[in-house]
Amino acid sequence: MIPSVAPAPLQRKNALARFSAHRLFASPAGLAGVIWLAAIVAASLTAPWWLPFKTEDQDFTAVLSGPTAAHWLGTDELGRDLLSRIFAAAAGTLGTSLITVIVGVGLGTVLAMLAAAAGERAEAVISRVTEIMMSLPGTVIILAVIGAVGTNIPLIMAILGVLISAGIYRVMLGQAKSLQSQLYVDAAKVDGVSTLGISLRHVLPGLTNTIVVQSALIFAVGMLIQAGLAFIGFGPPIPQPSWGGMIQGASQHVYDAPWLMVPTGAVLALTVLAANAIGNALGKAPNASASHLPSAAARRQRVKAVSALAVAATAADSDAAPANGHLSVRGLSVGVDGGPRLVTDVSFDVEQGTVLGLVGESGCGKTMTALSLLGLLPSGVAAAGGQILWNGKNLAAATDREMEAIRGREIALISQEPMRALDPMFTVGYQLTSAIRRLRKTGKADARKEALSLLEKVGIVDAERILKTYPHQISGGMAQRVAIALALSGRPRLLVADEPTTALDVTVQAEILSLLRSLVKDTGMSVVMVTHDLGVVADICDNVAVMYAGQVVESGRTANILDSPRHPYTLALLAADPHANSAADMPDRLATISGQVPQPKDWPAGCRFAARCQFAGSACATPVPLLASGSEDGLVRCVKADELAVEGLEWLATEVPTHRVLKIVEKDLA
Amino acid sequence: MIIETAERQDTAAVAPEQPMLEVKDLVVRYGRGRKAAAVPAAVDGVSFSILRGETVGLVGESGSGKSTIGKAILGLQKSAGGTITFQGKDITRAGAAERRALGGELRAVFQDPNSSLNPRQTIGASLAEPLRLRGATALEARDKAEAMLERVGLPREAVDRYPSQFSGGQRQRIAVARALICDPQLVVCDEAVSALDLSTQAQVLNLLADLRDERGLSYLFIAHDISVVQFLAQRVVVLYRGQVMESGPAAAVTEAPKHPFTQALVAASPVPRPAEQAQRRAVREALGVRTAAAVAATPGGCPFSQRCPLATELCASERPALRRVGASDVACHYA
Repeated sequence: MIPSVAPAPLQRKNALARFSAHRLFASPAGLAGVIWLAAIVAASLTAPWWLPFKTEDQDFTAVLSGPTAAHWLGTDELGRDLLSRIFAAAAGTLGTSLITVIVGVGLGTVLAMLAAAAGERAEAVISRVTEIMMSLPGTVIILAVIGAVGTNIPLIMAILGVLISAGIYRVMLGQAKSLQSQLYVDAAKVDGVSTLGISLRHVLPGLTNTIVVQSALIFAVGMLIQAGLAFIGFGPPIPQPSWGGMIQGASQHVYDAPWLMVPTGAVLALTVLAANAIGNALGKAPNASASHLPSAAARRQRVKAVSALAVAATAADSDAAPANGHLSVRGLSVGVDGGPRLVTDVSFDVEQGTVLGLVGESGCGKTMTALSLLGLLPSGVAAAGGQILWNGKNLAAATDREMEAIRGREIALISQEPMRALDPMFTVGYQLTSAIRRLRKTGKADARKEALSLLEKVGIVDAERILKTYPHQISGGMAQRVAIALALSGRPRLLVADEPTTALDVTVQAEILSLLRSLVKDTGMSVVMVTHDLGVVADICDNVAVMYAGQVVESGRTANILDSPRHPYTLALLAADPHANSAADMPDRLATISGQVPQPKDWPAGCRFAARCQFAGSACATPVPLLASGSEDGLVRCVKADELAVEGLEWLATEVPTHRVLKIVEKDLA
Repeated sequence: MIIETAERQDTAAVAPEQPMLEVKDLVVRYGRGRKAAAVPAAVDGVSFSILRGETVGLVGESGSGKSTIGKAILGLQKSAGGTITFQGKDITRAGAAERRALGGELRAVFQDPNSSLNPRQTIGASLAEPLRLRGATALEARDKAEAMLERVGLPREAVDRYPSQFSGGQRQRIAVARALICDPQLVVCDEAVSALDLSTQAQVLNLLADLRDERGLSYLFIAHDISVVQFLAQRVVVLYRGQVMESGPAAAVTEAPKHPFTQALVAASPVPRPAEQAQRRAVREALGVRTAAAVAATPGGCPFSQRCPLATELCASERPALRRVGASDVACHYA
C-alpha cells in the first residue's frame, strides 16, 4: 500500500527540469540573472540584424558623446557607436567563456569520476597531477602561450579551462567518491554493470547539480579573465571590439569622458553578477531557507500556550506531593508549530528507582516524548499541552533557563550514538572533568578524582588510560560507557536513555544493560528507556508503556504486558518478533502487521491502529479511551480488550500480500 | 576445514551434488602493502558451502568480517587468498564481464533501504537495469518489473515512482524485487532486515521465506542478530574477528552452542519474556565472558582467548582448528 503519494512524473527529464527550474526561479536574484543572460545572448546572436551601426562606423560629429537619440549609449573616441560595439563583442566574449566552462568543468568532472571509479592508486596519480597543475602560475602560462601562438582567444580560454579543471576536480572528487560508495552502485556492480556504465548512470546524474553551479561560476570567471587579458592588450586584434579592449580604451578617457566607462563596465559587471546569481540560486540546498524554523507568529503562539500551561501547572502544584525523583507525565501533547501533533495525550509515572520502557516502532513518538522531558525537542517542535511534573514542577511550562538548571543535574540523557555525546576535539578526561566542575562546582583535582571513580563505576577497568584518550580511539561500547559516566557527572535522579544499546553488539548491549541495572540499584536513580526491542524491555524495565502513532496504547508492569498483552498492537509486535520464539518452536512464517505506522497528519479520529488490526470492527471508528485493563494498574486503549482477553486470540500469520489484506479491513470498517 | 554439509543434512533432497556456493580458505585484507600486513586479516581462512535451496546464516558482531565475506562473494572486495566457487565456476577474481556472464544467478539485498536504490532513477529504471544488461527490451523489462513489484506486495504503478516516495520497508521490498527479477539461484542478504522495524522486518522475512520456497532459492543470510538468522537459516556459521568459531545446523548452534563465544552471543540476545530473560541473564553472568578488550588478540592464538572464560596458555599460542563436536564444527580446544 502506498499512502497518498503525488502522481509520479512520467518522464525523468521533466522531473529534473522542473526541479532545477523551480529552484532557479524561486530566488529573485536567480530569476533576474536568467533574464539578463537570456537577453544578452539573444541580443548578441541577433546583433547583425538590429544593430544601428556597424562596429567600424565612425561618426566624427559625435566623438566621446554621452547617450543621444542617435547613439543610445554614446560613442567612443573615434565616434563609434558603443551599443553596437558592446553587442557585437558579446557573442565572442560569451562563446569563448563557454569554452573555458566546457573544458574546465568537463575535464574536472571526467577526472573526478575516473579517480573515484578506478581505485586508490589511480586516484593518487590523478590527485598528484592536479596538485601540480594547481601549483602552476596560471597567468604566466597564459602569457607564455600568447607569446608563442599570439592572441588566439579560443585556445587561450581552453588552456585556462585546463588550469581551472584541477580545482573543479577537487570539488567533484569527494562527491563522486561518496556516490561511488552508495549501495546502489554495489548493486549495479553485482549485476556486472561496467565501470563506465556505473559512472555514467549512477555517478554523473548525482553530480549534475554541482556541475551546473560550477559552470555558472566558471563562466563568470572566464569572462573576467578574458576582459582582463583584453585590457592589458591581449584581446582580439585591434579594430575588432572586445569588452576588455573597450574598457581599456575608456580608461584613457576617464577624466575627459567618464561616461565611456559606464556602458561596457555595467554590461560586463551585470553579466558576471548574473552568472554568479544563477550559480548561487542553483547551489542553494532545497530547504536552505530554514523553513523548519518556527515563524514569528508560531513563536508568539507558543509563548501564549506555555503561559497558559504555567497557569494550569500552579493549580496542579498545590495538590502534588513532591517526592524526591518522581516523574509524572499527564496528558502530554507534542506538536509541530502550525502543524500536526506528534504525540497526543501521553500519561505515565516513573517512581524513584524504577525503569520505565517506552516501546514502539519508529514514528510512534517515543523519542519525542523522551526529549520533551529534557526540553530538548528539535526546533519547531514543542510541548503543546499537558504537564511533565518532575517533583511537582511542571517542566512543560519551564523556561529555557529553568531547564538548564535541571538538565544534567536532575535529569540527564544518553543517546543512541554515544559518539554524539562526545566532542572529538577533546580527550575523554577533559570532557568528563569539565562537566563535573561545571555541575558540581568542584576544583580541578577533585574533579579528576571524581572522573576516575565515575569511569570505574561504569565498569571501565583502565580508567587512567581512558581519561587520556580521544573519543575516536575507543570502541562503541566503551564510548557508551563514557557517555553514561558523563551523564552521571551531575548526579541525576532521572536518566533518559534514548535507544542506548541499539547501535551496539548484543554482548556489549547485555553489559550496558547490566551496568544500568546496577546503577539504578546503587543510586536509586530512575530511568526512562526508549527502545524498539522488546527483549531489552523484558531485561531491564519494571514498567512499560507501548506507544503507537503518538499515543500510549497499553501500559503497566512489564511482566503483565509482555506475558499477557491486552492490546492487539502489543500482541502483534510480540508475534512479529523472531526473538519471541526459540529454535524449537520457530514458526514457518512470522505474524505480520499489514501496512505501516500512519503519518501524524493521517491519524484517524478513532483507534489509530484499526486500519492494521485484524480484530477491528465498527466500534473502533470512534475515539478510544485508555482504560484499566484489569491486571494490577495496567491500562489499555482498545474497545475489544476484554473480548480478546476472554477468547485468548492470537495474532495470525497472514500469507496474503499485505496491500490486499488492508483493503479488506478498510471495507469492513466502512 | 570444509564443512561437509551434505552428509548430515537429512532434510536436503539431493545428496552428493555440487554445492551452489563454496568458499574455501577465504582471506581478505584491507589496505595495501605493509599497512595490510600489519593489521589482522578482516577474513582469515573462512570456509563454508551452501547447497541448492539451502539458507546459510552468517552471524557475528561488528568487525567479525561477515559483511566482508558477502562483499568478496559479490566481487565488491578483492580477496587475498582462497577460492570462491559458484555453481562449479571459480569466481574469486571475476571481473564485470564475467559477472555479467553469470546471467544474474548471484544477486544481493543490502542493509540500507535508503541507499540501495538510486534516488534519481524511477523504481522501474532500477528494476530494469539488470534485465536490460542481459538484452531485454524496455517493454519486456517494464512488464517484468511490474509483475515482480506485485509479487513483493506493491502496486504495479510503483514503476513510475521514485524511491523517496516509499517507506523503508517498502524500499526493502523493492530491493528484494530487484535482486530476484532475473531469477537468481543465490541471493546474498547483507543485514537485509536490520534497519527495519519489527512489523516490517517480519513482512520482509516472510517474503524472503516465501520466495525461497517458491523458487528453490539459496540464501547467504548475513546478520548480527542470531534470532533473525535462526528464523530463516538451516545452517549457521558463527564468526569472530574474521574466523569461523562454530558452524552447524541452526537448531544445534542456537539451542546448544558449543563454542564459548557462541554461548555468549546466544545468552546475550534478549528474549521478550521477562521471567525467561532473567534466567538467561543469570546464565550469561555465570559464563564470565570478559568485556571486549581494546587490544587485539595475540596473533597465532584463538581470537576469542582474551575474552574467553576457558582460555589457557594453549589458547593464546595455538589457533584451534574446526573439529566436529556433536552436530557442529567448533574451533575451540575445550569445546
